[in-house]
Amino acid sequence: MKTLFSRWALDSRLILALLALSLFGVAMIYSTGQLNVPSPVVEGAWIRQLVWFVFGLTAFTVITRISTNWIEWVAVPAYVLAVVLLAVTLVVGTGRGTATGVTSFLQFGGFQFQPAEVAKIATILAVARLMASRVEAPGHGSRRSWQLADVIAPCALVGLPLLLVLLQPDLGTAMAFVGILIAVLFWSGIPLTYLFLLVSPAIALILSFNTWLFSAYMVALIGLLYLRRSRLYTFEYVAVLVFNLAVGTVARLLWDSLAPYQQNRVLVFLDPGLDPRQAGYHLVQSKVAIGSGGLTGKGFTLGTQKRFNFLPEQHTDFIFAVIGEEFGFVGTLLVLSGFAYVLLRLIRMATGAGSHFASFVLFGIFGAWITHVFVNTGMTVGLVPVTGIPLPFISYGGSFLLMCWVAAALAVRVARRD
Amino acid sequence: MNQFQVPNPGASRRTRIAIIGLMTLFGVLTVAFFRLQVLESNTYELRSDSNRLRPFPIAAPRGAVFDRTGRVVASSVPGYSLHVFPSATSGVMETTLERLQSYLDLDDARIELLLERARREPYQPLLVEGDADFDLVSTLEEHRAELPNVVVRMDPKRRYQAARAVSHLMGYVGEVTADELEQEQYSEYSQGMTVGKEGVERQYEARLQGKRGLRYSEVDALGRVVSSPFGQVVEAPEPGVDIHLNLDLDLMEWIHHIFPDSMRGAVVALDVEDGGVLALYSAPTFDPNSFVGGIEPDQWASLNSDPEQPLFNRAVVGRYAPGSTWKLAVAAIGLKLGLVEANEYMPRGCSGAMFVGSARFRCWEESGHGALNLVQAIQHSCNVYFYQLGLRIGLERLLANANEMGFARQCGIDLPRESPGVFPSDLGFWEERFGYRAVETEVLSLAIGQGPNDQTPLGIAQFYLAMARGGQAPAPRILHGEEAGDTWDIGISTEQGEVLMEGLRRVFMPGGTAHLSSVEHWELLGKSGTAQNAQDPQRSHAWFAAMAGPREEQPEIVVVVLVELGESGSIVAAPLAAKSADYFLRKRYGIPTDTIQTLREHLMTGTPARWANW
Repeated sequence: MKTLFSRWALDSRLILALLALSLFGVAMIYSTGQLNVPSPVVEGAWIRQLVWFVFGLTAFTVITRISTNWIEWVAVPAYVLAVVLLAVTLVVGTGRGTATGVTSFLQFGGFQFQPAEVAKIATILAVARLMASRVEAPGHGSRRSWQLADVIAPCALVGLPLLLVLLQPDLGTAMAFVGILIAVLFWSGIPLTYLFLLVSPAIALILSFNTWLFSAYMVALIGLLYLRRSRLYTFEYVAVLVFNLAVGTVARLLWDSLAPYQQNRVLVFLDPGLDPRQAGYHLVQSKVAIGSGGLTGKGFTLGTQKRFNFLPEQHTDFIFAVIGEEFGFVGTLLVLSGFAYVLLRLIRMATGAGSHFASFVLFGIFGAWITHVFVNTGMTVGLVPVTGIPLPFISYGGSFLLMCWVAAALAVRVARRD
Repeated sequence: MNQFQVPNPGASRRTRIAIIGLMTLFGVLTVAFFRLQVLESNTYELRSDSNRLRPFPIAAPRGAVFDRTGRVVASSVPGYSLHVFPSATSGVMETTLERLQSYLDLDDARIELLLERARREPYQPLLVEGDADFDLVSTLEEHRAELPNVVVRMDPKRRYQAARAVSHLMGYVGEVTADELEQEQYSEYSQGMTVGKEGVERQYEARLQGKRGLRYSEVDALGRVVSSPFGQVVEAPEPGVDIHLNLDLDLMEWIHHIFPDSMRGAVVALDVEDGGVLALYSAPTFDPNSFVGGIEPDQWASLNSDPEQPLFNRAVVGRYAPGSTWKLAVAAIGLKLGLVEANEYMPRGCSGAMFVGSARFRCWEESGHGALNLVQAIQHSCNVYFYQLGLRIGLERLLANANEMGFARQCGIDLPRESPGVFPSDLGFWEERFGYRAVETEVLSLAIGQGPNDQTPLGIAQFYLAMARGGQAPAPRILHGEEAGDTWDIGISTEQGEVLMEGLRRVFMPGGTAHLSSVEHWELLGKSGTAQNAQDPQRSHAWFAAMAGPREEQPEIVVVVLVELGESGSIVAAPLAAKSADYFLRKRYGIPTDTIQTLREHLMTGTPARWANW
């Protein structure tokens, strides 16, 4: 027997978890407004978040009534529109709040929104359509042997909006695109070696700052290429090596030739939300907040790090630090479990999806959300570098919350076998 | 439509990898949070506390100050200050101040000033009133609801009894300045603390201050105090030590009462027995209570720009030509050097003036005093006698002896800023100061207390104290119970001292310059002085130095009065000295103080004065 709720939600378990996370988010935004210092910025933010939450639920209701075919059809025009909007944003966009140096918002009358959020979803749909049409579903049916060149089309498709977002510059959202790309490629059944070779230049870039590590890495890479030589064309083989070497050596030389203030400029360019000298401060205060929360926290609205404004961006990017401070390890564990459940559910739904397109859409959303959750919570404890990336369903932000619910609507809609 | 085959072996392998990947990532996160929130939470709790809690000192109540009879001169009472806490909402500060207008005196200009300060420091509590009285505080408490962001802070506050009478002696308190904080003696102090600024408050700061307590208040990321200004008390303050002064507060009030309101000057009264300071008064005066809680800038400016200089301590810092009061020093030097005998008449009688070379030097009595011995010369304050004595001593010897006596030194009173006397140390002084070689006739003006000789009223009192004690005197002490050794020695024998005392006694006798200032119960001795000065050549400073005690006994009190531009020592200054001494002795011997009158006042009111020696 279907209840009214499950008829509305299509997937009661997933939507129940997301509703809980959203409402908890509103409560936490209310808490970040409870300060001992005057701060008009966050005043009434929770009410605005609540209004956007209602918008999100409305959008969810509408989208879940659309046919999957139409969603599949709209993927391409939506992608084109999103890319155009991103390009327009670069020209006429405005910054907002703390990220005033970033041109990520588009203004329509009194209404502002971030095209990047729309682009994320449009890209998921578009890349899902591409993969569904070009490749077999994971392990399904007659297997055509994989070639490294097969990744070029999806890389280009995701790479275009990624590049435009990076130019805003919004490193956090750009990382979400990377997450989508890797997730979709992974789900398409591409050999893990290829996936590794694809990301190997990034690893080379990171390791290039230690000569010994980089040398060892290059030796390992050559060994791997030799083992897989039969499956690679020579030009691919050479391209991977050259690319790794180039990134590892030139990047290092280039970086060292820069004066400290120029290096700072590059860092600020990559993430203008933070002043590099302040990045350390943000992390320290976030760790103090979370650590001082202890096992059970200081109590709802009672976090002192938050109350006295020691925490930066506490209602947006660092809201998880407030959760950690006020609800302690128990609270962080509960919220992480909530996200883990949602992500697990997405994997299950992708696995059991009725079509290639649906499966890739679900796993693409999984890729986007896991990136958001891991990078956002990871940066509050210093696991990953501090980048401006919000926590889905919880962080303050109107269009972000709306798009989270649009993504949720698409997920449950495409997962449904008609 | 593409349909997946279920179960799908390949998909289930990727699914497994995805789930393992997901679990690994969340496992890493869980471990990271577990480490931070469970294993290291103690460290971070401590850091969180030190982040938001800042230590703030709590002022200790200053020690009380008592006079010789146990009367309270200064005490510490609860003081209240009003602050308005900043609010996130704009306009709250304005409306709060407007509401406060109905409770305290806040005109629009003052509100504008306060709003200006609030704009400059938007996150600091705004001090509206530094010294609110208890009635205002209780009224505000009743109206708490409409003034939610008004905070009353309680700090101990200084309260002076007879404030205007004791202002120059006690000094006042104020916030420690940046300059003071750099000094060694204030190394334990911190900004915002109240310290003694002048007088006894400054001199005995170390005893009076006490030990400040400590409280923690919450601050935000920028160090702004954000919670209650009371905070959490960690260490209670220890009140300062009470001190007892030699002062007689009743006498101070009496002097403040009898000193003419329009006049400037000083009164110093010393206890002959131990050199204790019984009174130390300077006019015009000010109200040290107005400094409590921070003096208003316009009030401070008007005190400083007042041509009468009410903040200037004339008794200890002010220096004046001593005039005829200093003739006793010349007499003492003459006796000490054996240049004159008590009954010896000077070769030339006074004819109202005297020629030295071709220059004529005048006596103040134009008709002349005739032939005088030393005692008579003191009685009549005859210039011609002292010219001759001065010439007999000679300039160089006079300088040497006067310096030896201490007329170019400080008395060593326990007060800050005491001025030393100004007196030429040797003949080179004239060349240095005036650019010419001293001639022997310089001794003539010095001999009658003029010339380059400026003494504080305290310095003159010290000299008369030494005479009253037979030649030696300790440094004058304000604090009771700590006697300094004798630092002042005139160097005369008892017999020679008796001669000087006899001269001083005769000043109050018929024919003496202060006879009309004599009083009923006591034997008075003294010397008037009328000193020409640069301030106003037409009007001289009036001096009187007096000693008094029961008849036929040693004097018990020395009083020195200086009235700037008072014109006549015997008419203006002498009655003040006489009545001050009278008041003190009457109080000591239990005689009612409401009938104090000088002989002149008896004569003028027509009441009989049978006690007077006609």
